[in-house]
Amino acid sequence: MEDGQEARPPNQGLKIVVCIKQVPKGEQLEIDPVKKTLRREGVESEMNPADKNAVEMALGFKDEHGGEVIALSMGSRSFERSLRMAIGMGADRAVLLSDRALAGSDTTPTSYALAGTISLLGKIDLILCGEETSDSSTGHVGPGIAGHLEIPQITYVTEAKVENDKIIAKRQVEFGFETWETTFPALLTVKFGCNRPREPTLSRKIKAKRGNVIQTWSAKDAGLDESKLGLNGSPTIVSTIDTVELPSRKGELFSGNLGKNVSDLISRLVRDGFIRG
Amino acid sequence: METGEYKGVMVFLEHRKGKLRNASIQLIGEGRRLADILKQELSGALLGKDVENLTGEAIQFGCDKVHYIEHDLLENYAPRPYAKALAELVQKRRPDALLFGATMNGREVAGRLHAYTHTGLAADCTAFDITEDGYLEMIRPAFGGKSLAHIICKKTKPQMASARPNVFPAPDKDPARKGEILKETVQLTQEDVDTRCLEVVEHEDEANMLSKSEIVVSGGYGLKKKENFVLLEELAELLHGVVGASRKTVDIGWFPRERQIGQTGKTVRPRLYFAIGISGAIQHLAGMERSEKIVAINADPTASIFEVADYGIVGNLFDVIPEMIRQLKAMKSSQSSS
Repeated sequence: MEDGQEARPPNQGLKIVVCIKQVPKGEQLEIDPVKKTLRREGVESEMNPADKNAVEMALGFKDEHGGEVIALSMGSRSFERSLRMAIGMGADRAVLLSDRALAGSDTTPTSYALAGTISLLGKIDLILCGEETSDSSTGHVGPGIAGHLEIPQITYVTEAKVENDKIIAKRQVEFGFETWETTFPALLTVKFGCNRPREPTLSRKIKAKRGNVIQTWSAKDAGLDESKLGLNGSPTIVSTIDTVELPSRKGELFSGNLGKNVSDLISRLVRDGFIRG
Repeated sequence: METGEYKGVMVFLEHRKGKLRNASIQLIGEGRRLADILKQELSGALLGKDVENLTGEAIQFGCDKVHYIEHDLLENYAPRPYAKALAELVQKRRPDALLFGATMNGREVAGRLHAYTHTGLAADCTAFDITEDGYLEMIRPAFGGKSLAHIICKKTKPQMASARPNVFPAPDKDPARKGEILKETVQLTQEDVDTRCLEVVEHEDEANMLSKSEIVVSGGYGLKKKENFVLLEELAELLHGVVGASRKTVDIGWFPRERQIGQTGKTVRPRLYFAIGISGAIQHLAGMERSEKIVAINADPTASIFEVADYGIVGNLFDVIPEMIRQLKAMKSSQSSS
């Protein structure tokens, strides 16, 4: 860095947006056999697991550099629960983009809507998202937001730090780890399980219950073009949903005594050419 | 939008260390199949600095055409310049469908691209088909793998999707195959290269052995504690296989995440798969059901893993595995003495 240029961020801290989705709890994913859709009634929901890691990473940045953490979600009013959780963990405030016009959005309008909302939150330094959601598992919304905002993206991040005016992030890929460098503002998607999300504290939970901590915005508040939202604005449709049929295999079950079971199995594996007999 | 003029199937060709990545080679095979159903061309999109030498191989694997873009700013992969270059190529060449390998880079570049092009994108597909009216049917596990969603994109072109690695078989190379090689140009500026990879640390063994191994020996929660994985390691060594793990054992820290097999982990298709102490949750099955032969060992005769197994032993794994190790060792010693 050249002399005289102000290093970032010594004083003013980092303004960080964390994108959060509320998802059905993992073990409670059930398909309605008649409607062929996800059963939502009576199903407990929670903050998407990877998003918790993103909140923790944001709070870690705030612990070290100061600043503000804003939790952002898009969905029904019930999503406030996950935003209160984020505030309980340490986020300063939250914005919920909630509008009937958004219902049925695939990742294309979702990326557009979140990017539009973020652009109205002032000068943001960092946007953090979970690597993917546990209910849709696309991982497309983070890069989509970065694309709309034309800011740098680093995905599948396991660790990140700020060095002067740069962000250094470790990224997990199929064959190992990569270290990437970029500048502010940037979007990172955070790998599930990369850190241990802190528990919400009692005093913060109380703060989360007070008014004004969560703002609810309509599509109009966020300046969004309604024709680009919801089912109408989504290029993709789900035409059918099948329940998974297990591949039919003609299985042989060995149920005699231990030694014979094992020798029967080994003889099959020899016959099939897996073991040299 | 005028969509009638979009034609052909295009696959994004990733490369690493001067070679096409396996996920891309598999994609050429599946793209070829879809293009044949549509009676259209299969083209490849190849981006980099020095990539012309890879075009011939892409043709030999099954492409009719390869569009290659060589640019100094594309020397190293980075999401923004690659997504921008693809957006420009797509606008110029107008493929009807554009497929990516669902690798980390494939998914992130496709995710960025779909914001530029405002098109539909389906992630991590495990099957494709063509509908009667000629649309691409993108089939992917949904709701944590408990069902398969068939996704169609009629409103925008190209229809885009990523395909899960190791689900589609790699095609054979045909050295006699001929095709068209087209050099393309794109407009990029230095500002587009807004991220930079400083270092790569490979752990080829950990990550890739699992996908490459012909025999995988996987353990689940039935192993009761971390230390018991040594049993699996011993068995795997005798069989010349590698050890995999279920999500639960990874979540509680018994095994590193690179070893996880299933919906949120790796998909493997070895010749022989052992599921030991694994009940067979659908999420796990999604990662191994294409194995050539499956062996299940479980104390619970009603465990759903037995429904997909070719061979099963109902029994306590702490009896069965040591007995297997004993018999395999006995075989080995009799072989070496004879």
